[in-house]
Amino acid sequence: MSNLLLLIPIALFLGLLGLGAFLWALKSGQFDDMEGAANRILFDDDDETPPNKKRDQFTQDDS
Amino acid sequence: MNQSATCRHCGERVTSMSPAAPDFCCTGCEGAYALLGELGLSSYYKRRAIDPKVRALRPDEEDFGHFDFTDLASTDANGTHHLHLMVDGIHCAACVWLIETLLQRNASVVAARVNMTTRRLRLSWTGKIEDVDGLLRPVLQMGYRVIPFDPAALEQATQSRNKELLRCLAVAGFAASNVMLLSVSVWAGYFQGMGGATRDLFHWISALIAVPAATYAGMPFYRSALGAIRHRRVNMDVPISLGVILALGMSLAQTIQSAPHAYYDSAITLLFFLLIGRYLDGRARRQARSAAEHLLSLGARSITIIEDNGTRRLVSPEKAKPGMTVLVAAGERIGIDGEVSDGQSDVDTSVITGESIPAQIKPGATVFAGTTNISAPLRIRVTATGNSTLLSEIVRLMENAEQGRAKYVAIADRVAKAYAPVVHLLSLLTFVGWWLVGGVPWNDALMNAIAVLIITCPCALALAVPVVQVIATGRLLRAGILVKSATALERLTKITGVIFDKTGTLTTGKPELYGPADPDALALSAQIAANSNHPLSRALVRAVGDVSPLKNVVEMPGLGLMVETLAGEIRLGSRRFCDVAEQADLPSDIYGPEIWMTQPGQSPIRFVFRDTPRADASEVIEHLRNDGFDINLLSGDREQTVRQFAERLGITKWRARLTPTDKAAHIQNRRDAGMFDLMVGDGINDAPALAAAHASMSPASAAEISQNAADIVFQGDRLGTVIEALHIARKADRLVRQNFAISFTYNLITIPLAVSGLVTPLIAAIAMSSSSLVVIANALRLHANGKQTRNPSYPQTSPAPQHAGAPIT
Repeated sequence: MSNLLLLIPIALFLGLLGLGAFLWALKSGQFDDMEGAANRILFDDDDETPPNKKRDQFTQDDS
Repeated sequence: MNQSATCRHCGERVTSMSPAAPDFCCTGCEGAYALLGELGLSSYYKRRAIDPKVRALRPDEEDFGHFDFTDLASTDANGTHHLHLMVDGIHCAACVWLIETLLQRNASVVAARVNMTTRRLRLSWTGKIEDVDGLLRPVLQMGYRVIPFDPAALEQATQSRNKELLRCLAVAGFAASNVMLLSVSVWAGYFQGMGGATRDLFHWISALIAVPAATYAGMPFYRSALGAIRHRRVNMDVPISLGVILALGMSLAQTIQSAPHAYYDSAITLLFFLLIGRYLDGRARRQARSAAEHLLSLGARSITIIEDNGTRRLVSPEKAKPGMTVLVAAGERIGIDGEVSDGQSDVDTSVITGESIPAQIKPGATVFAGTTNISAPLRIRVTATGNSTLLSEIVRLMENAEQGRAKYVAIADRVAKAYAPVVHLLSLLTFVGWWLVGGVPWNDALMNAIAVLIITCPCALALAVPVVQVIATGRLLRAGILVKSATALERLTKITGVIFDKTGTLTTGKPELYGPADPDALALSAQIAANSNHPLSRALVRAVGDVSPLKNVVEMPGLGLMVETLAGEIRLGSRRFCDVAEQADLPSDIYGPEIWMTQPGQSPIRFVFRDTPRADASEVIEHLRNDGFDINLLSGDREQTVRQFAERLGITKWRARLTPTDKAAHIQNRRDAGMFDLMVGDGINDAPALAAAHASMSPASAAEISQNAADIVFQGDRLGTVIEALHIARKADRLVRQNFAISFTYNLITIPLAVSGLVTPLIAAIAMSSSSLVVIANALRLHANGKQTRNPSYPQTSPAPQHAGAPIT
């Protein structure tokens, strides 16, 4: 019985953590372009993009 | 792929006549290739995969400045400018990479990101706001087309609604899995002898998760149910909300009394399943709509205003005021209603009148927005704006016509309307039966009554329609058919008649040379015609193929072409221009637009053209007729042309010379007579008719207003899409009905159990989830069957839409 009292809160906490992570990802626009995200990891960035440019700036509330 | 025969940049065929042969099809492509080489980005050609569905990456030859990019740009507090653009011509991820890299090479660009799903670009830069023209130039030179748009005006509402659904879905999913975990333990406890205290603990924890989760995640349903009740209607969300709330309330009461049965899992799983259906349904429709919007924005153009001091300015058509002078270049769409103040040209008015031959325009003539100026620049004085334009007149007609259609009630809501009272009555009878007749205490009787409501809560019923719709819409989307309206597929199933417009719908809208012609004369005429943009000239060139334009040709707008040779003057143009006597006629059975050619010392030669039907038009008509549809042709074109055309396609019911009002009225009359028509049309003059018909389709090449009015927009050149849409709609309808039958069967089995008080939470969970799964599995058959059972005689829908929107993922 006492292990239940420990395990159930842990299970719930982990679940909530996952839920929170998903809601955060949703809010920051990471589900807006599923197709692009799948392809972007294949770009080799060896071309000389100036280092001060942050590519990911637009993951914030991209429409 | 043959390297020598295709352009190195755009991949199109290179003809021997191209100015940059053999490697490139045009100088634009040559320039783009050289530019990429200079920038060290040639690896683009290695990584890309050309998508045949997307417009070839061919740079526009003349000016890129069709748009005032600064118009829609915004500046934030830090002095950074932001602009949203639609991009046309994205083939694959390499295009995304190329566009982003080209833009990020500029030091002033803060960020450039292409959304590959929606094909939209967000650009931020510092410095002067006008710099954007320079920034975008290399992208335009590559052959991409970018069109600025206002993100606030576009689909923001549906976007946030879909996000809300996704949030609710996440919460419901979390709660459902955790509650189910606890519930399974409790069920196992029935058989293994779980102690009452442990069971109550589990119930309390479940309540703690399920009640707040269901309160939040159920909001979309509660809101819609409340809305319906307020309007004294019943929709599917009413029984859903009632079921969820009662299940939770009853479970709470049970938990407080430490009774053995609680239904938290049923309530929250039900919400989870329904939200999945709702979300996918919304997403499918949003994809179709965003693809349609993409197409529309690409057709948008700004207008060139000439100020009093002679300077030119690009503005959006809404900003025009009466009295302003607008310059319309040859080949450009006219953006406003006005009177020609200077210039002579031909204007293609087919979108308004349905006439396939361009009208000759002189100073003083009135022109309308939506028509296309063909042969020479025109200066137009704006006479009407806002509510007084022809377009807004059409919009008013459309709104009147639309009212009939607004009354349509979706099948799911019709079922709910019949279903809800029956279920509620049943539950009341259960209560009364147990209490008064059965003699049990009132709270036990109430328990059984609520169990009836929970078990009949229309989980499968509510999924029956959306799941089928998602799959049907997705399948049509891949075929280039964009279903914009939620009830369009349902309405298509009732169709008994199909009404077509002629120009641009049944025909390609492009005239083709007709009848025999002397090859030498034809070759010469094509060489002269290659200097002109007039549709008839282009038809001559097309008829010959590879033509090198003859030099020194002079175009007389509205009349024809003229060239001085050693032997004398050659003229190509209208009968009047070539000085051919009226009676010098050839066989008169060939009717259609004509061009004459006169050469010194030879008799005049006549070329006749006609608007060609789409490649599969007669096949489609034949097919529709065999399927028992009543085929009609409504056109604004002149009687002779329409009759000839109708006879050719075997259409017996046709009407010519119709105004937009006539068309809408004709459809309204048929509607009043109890007929259900599908209207297929593309012109501005078709818009009211499209709105009046029971269902409507319009090609992606159609005028903006028609695409807005139509339920379904189809891409590509084939008319077979009409059959495809009707076919899928009927199939979807069949599956929806089957799904309803399945869920009713489930209810037939479970309702007696519930009424007799035998339902436990375990039985409820099994019945609900299994019926939902069966319904989903049945809907998936739409996918599987599609390919095998498609009637081989169907003209295949073009899988190659011109500007493919966001494909389904």
